Amino acid sequence: MKLIKEAALIFAVTMAGELLYTILPFPVPAGVYGLFLLLFLLLSGLIKVEQIERAGNFLLEIMAMLFIPAMAGILESKDLLARVAVPYMVIILVTTAFVMAVTGKAADFIIRRKEEKEAEK
Amino acid sequence: MNELLETSLYFGMVLSVGAYLAALWLKKKLGWAILNPLLVASILVIGFLAVFQIDYQTYNEGAKYLSYLLTPATVCLAIPLYKQLEMLKKHCVAVFAAIGSGVAASAFSVFCLVKLLGLSHEDYVTLLPKSITTAIGMGVSEEAGGVVALTVVTIILTGVAGSVMAELIFKAAGIRHPVARGLALGTSAHAVGTSKALELGEIEGAMSSLAIAVAGLLTVILVPIISGLA
Repeated sequence: MKLIKEAALIFAVTMAGELLYTILPFPVPAGVYGLFLLLFLLLSGLIKVEQIERAGNFLLEIMAMLFIPAMAGILESKDLLARVAVPYMVIILVTTAFVMAVTGKAADFIIRRKEEKEAEK
Repeated sequence: MNELLETSLYFGMVLSVGAYLAALWLKKKLGWAILNPLLVASILVIGFLAVFQIDYQTYNEGAKYLSYLLTPATVCLAIPLYKQLEMLKKHCVAVFAAIGSGVAASAFSVFCLVKLLGLSHEDYVTLLPKSITTAIGMGVSEEAGGVVALTVVTIILTGVAGSVMAELIFKAAGIRHPVARGLALGTSAHAVGTSKALELGEIEGAMSSLAIAVAGLLTVILVPIISGLA
């Protein structure tokens, strides 16, 4: 009963997200509308985190598995992939390393400066 | 083989979940960073379909119900975000400045390399969401006119590459603070990077899942603005 209530809440928010996607003109996926809506509901106290936590954590836990059909969908576009495999791999390796270094370095710098200022006081 | 399996709606489901279980087992057994369960499971599924000459459509007839659950799973990313709100407030400036620079760095480096390698506009918009979580990235790619299947593969390979390279990059660039490490992993390598961040520590994991949502949303806003550039 508890789990069914949790699932019902999550599915209802998901549905609301899909309706927002249809109504609003922005290029935002339905899941993101739902994410914002759920965050708003949690922050406003209309939904308590305990009311969705078990089903929600289950979905988060299996999330990686849910991508398998989409990943296997590459079979449908393997001719496309053959054309771009090498340049795509180059781009993936270079940009991922670059983004990781930039993000980490920026955060590290700001946090360190803040800590040094606090230490001076 | 096709005719027989076409009669079972659950074939695709059993193959997917079975492959994922096998991949989890392999990861536990060997512990190599490259053995990302999603990557291994997908290779197993693709290999199985290829060896037994089964159509993707036959497989997806059952497997598509797994994809249906992606939207509610994305909605549930609000749960860790809600729980980590205090941590977000404490490091507010660092969090947004770092994720913002990361998202900009991603778009900038993708743009430069697409130009440098002479790829098309379609490749550009296919690659733009490469560092954000698949559920959001698929939507972004579709809206911008990219090849969704290629975006999914690119996103997953990005996650695996980021997880494998993380410790090397942290050492080389001198990224030491756990908050910074978590943000770096989440912004560059989304959910797959977050599982790596959780291995490094609790703060890293928390910050990384926060970065998934924030980087995803920033990218959603940024892509329509810059998709016309290449």
